[in-house]
Amino acid sequence: MDKELENNNIIENKALIECKNVDVFYANQQALFGINLNIGEKEVTSLIGPSGCGKSTFLRCINRMNDVIDICRVEGSIKISNEDIYHPDIDVVELRSRIGMVFQKPNPFPKSVYDNVAYGPKLHGRILHKDDLDEKVEKSLERAGLWSEVKDRLSEPGTSLSGGQQQRLCIARAIAIDPSIILMDEPCSALDPIATAKIEELIDELKDNFTITIVTHSMQQAARVSQRTAFFHLGKLIEVGDTEKIFRSPDHEQTEAYVTGRYG
Amino acid sequence: MNKNFSKRHKAESRFKAYGFFSLIAAATMLAIIIGSMIYRSIPAYTNYTIDLEINMTEISLEDGIDDINYRGILRSSLFSFFPEVQSRSDKRKLFKLISSSATYTLRDFVRENPSYIGKKFYFNVLFTDDSDLFYKGYVDISLPEDERRLDNKEITWLNQLDGTGRVKNKISRNLFLNGDSREPEVAGFWGATIGSLITITVTLLLSFPIGVLTAIYLENFAVKNRITDFIEVNINNLAAVPSIIFGLLGLAVFINFFGMPRSVPLVGGLVLSLMTLPTIIIATRSSLQSVPPSIREAALAMGASEMQVVFQHLLPSAMPGIFTGTIIGLARAFGESAPLLLIGMVAFIVDIPATFTDPATALPVQIYIWADSPERAFVAKTSAATLILISLLILINLAAVLLRKRYEVKW
Repeated sequence: MDKELENNNIIENKALIECKNVDVFYANQQALFGINLNIGEKEVTSLIGPSGCGKSTFLRCINRMNDVIDICRVEGSIKISNEDIYHPDIDVVELRSRIGMVFQKPNPFPKSVYDNVAYGPKLHGRILHKDDLDEKVEKSLERAGLWSEVKDRLSEPGTSLSGGQQQRLCIARAIAIDPSIILMDEPCSALDPIATAKIEELIDELKDNFTITIVTHSMQQAARVSQRTAFFHLGKLIEVGDTEKIFRSPDHEQTEAYVTGRYG
Repeated sequence: MNKNFSKRHKAESRFKAYGFFSLIAAATMLAIIIGSMIYRSIPAYTNYTIDLEINMTEISLEDGIDDINYRGILRSSLFSFFPEVQSRSDKRKLFKLISSSATYTLRDFVRENPSYIGKKFYFNVLFTDDSDLFYKGYVDISLPEDERRLDNKEITWLNQLDGTGRVKNKISRNLFLNGDSREPEVAGFWGATIGSLITITVTLLLSFPIGVLTAIYLENFAVKNRITDFIEVNINNLAAVPSIIFGLLGLAVFINFFGMPRSVPLVGGLVLSLMTLPTIIIATRSSLQSVPPSIREAALAMGASEMQVVFQHLLPSAMPGIFTGTIIGLARAFGESAPLLLIGMVAFIVDIPATFTDPATALPVQIYIWADSPERAFVAKTSAATLILISLLILINLAAVLLRKRYEVKW
C-alpha cells in the first residue's frame, strides 16, 4: 500500500467503516481495485472522481446493495464497528436497517408523505403505537428540514412534492430508521441550486448524529459539506485525506488536475 | 429551405389523413358487424302467441293433474276456430302451427294453479317458429308452394287466426330464461350464459393466483440459468398455441387420465386456465418489470426483504397492468369455443347448470350449435346470442378499465 495513502487513512475520530483490499467485479470486468479506505464516525466523507470511476459501486458495497446485481462479486473485507459485513452470518436485511441510503434521483414510494417516513419504523416493527409513530414521523421530517413545508400535506402522495422536497423526504425516510450511517449517491444531481443548498445545510446538521458518506460530482459540494474527501480514478483510490488538504495541496498530480478542473 | 418545410408539413398532414381513414374504416366495419347483428337478431326477441280458450269444465281434480289430456284440450280449442277442417292429416297439420311446447306449459300452469281445473280460461300459447316467422313477414308468399316451409293451406289458417284478434306478438321470455331446445321458439341462451360464467369463474380462480405467483417467482426469485430460460421460452410459446390444442390436452389429461366427467364447466375452466395462464404470466411479468427499479432499490435499502419488496411495492404498482392482462386473457377464454367442443361442452343441454359439475355448454358454443341448426328461426337466435356475448365482453373490458383507474399509481 502506498505510504502516503496509509498515513492519510489514519483518522482522528474513530473509524466506523474499515475497508481493506476491496475488489469488485461485474462478471469478468473488475470495477474496483484493492480499495483501502477508512470512514470516520460522525463526519462527512465525500467520494469524488470522474464518471465511471467506481465511487458509486464502492458506496453500494457498504450496505451490500450490490448483492442485488447477479453478476456483481465483492472481495476483500468491509467492517462496520469491527464486524465483517460480508460474513455469511450477517443478515443483509438487518444490516440495511442500520444504514440509510439516499439515491441520485429522488425515489419516494407512491404512498403518502406520512407513509413514506413511517415505512421503515413499521417495517422493522420498532414502533407499534400510532402516537409514537406520529412523533417519529414528525421528528424525522423536522430533522430533514421538511416538517414546516409538509405538515399540512402528510396525506398527499410523496410523489406530488417538488424535486428538492422529495429528496428531503427520502432523507427523512432514511433517518426514520435511526441508522448509524447514511449513504448518499449524488443526492443533489437532480436538484436546482436552492434545493441543493438546503440539502447541503441539512447534511451539515446531520453529521453530528450520523456518519455520512456522499458521492458527488460537484467539487464545491465536496469542499462545502465534507470533512474528508476520497478521490477515485479508474476503480482505484488515488488519494484520501482532509478535504481542505485535498483541495489545497493534494499529494497526487491526478488529484490536483481533477479538483482544479483541468481533468475529468 | 421553404420548399423543404412545406414538403414536411404536407407529409405530416398526409400521414394524419391515413390514420384518420384507417380509423374510419375500422369503425365502419365494426358498425356494419354490430348493425347487421342487431338487424338480424330482431325476430328473436319476440314470439307470436295466441290466446286459446281452455275448457276444463268437465275435468275434476280426481282425474289426477298429470293424467289430464292437455294435448286434447289444446287441440279442440284450436280446432274450434276451424269447424271446416275435418281430415286427420289436416288436423295434424293445423295443430303443428302452434308450438309443441304448449302441452307442457299448459300442464305446468295447471300444476301450479290447480284452482283452474273445472273452469274455462284463456291460455297464452306460443306459435311454432315457422308460423312466427310468417307473422313477422319472413315467409315469401310469392315463392312456389313446395319451396316454402308453409303451404297455402297453413298460410290461410294463420291469416284466419290473425283475424280473430287473439294473436299477439310478445317478448320472448324463453330466449332470456331458457336453456337450449330443439324448438327454436323455446330455446334460450340463459343456460349457456350461466355455463360460461361458471366456466370463467373456474378459470379466474385457477389462472389468476397461479399465473401471478409464477410470474413473481420467475421475475424476482428464480435463479437465471438455462432451465429458467427454457421455461420462459416455453411460456411465451404456449401463449401462441392454437386453443384447440388445449382442448385435446384437456380431453387426454383431465377426462381420459383423471377420469373427470365430460361436458362440465370444471373441466372447461381447467382447459381455459391452461390457455389463459401464459397470457397472465406474460402480462404480470411485464408489469412487474415496468415498476421503476428505483422503487425496488429504495425499499431494499430501507431493509425490506425480497418478499416485502414484492408485496409492498412491486405488486401494488403492477396491479393495474396485471388486471388488464388477466382480463384480456379471460375475455379471450370467454369467447373461446374450440377447446370446449373437444371436452364435450357442445352437448345438447336443456337444463340450466348450477354447479361446477353440472353438464353445461358455453355461449360461444351455443352460438356454434345454433348457427349449425337447420331451422331458419335459429338465424335470429344466433345473432341475439352473439350480441349477448359481445355485451358481456364489453362489460368485462369495462371492468378492466375501471380496475385500472382504481389502482393506477401516479409517479
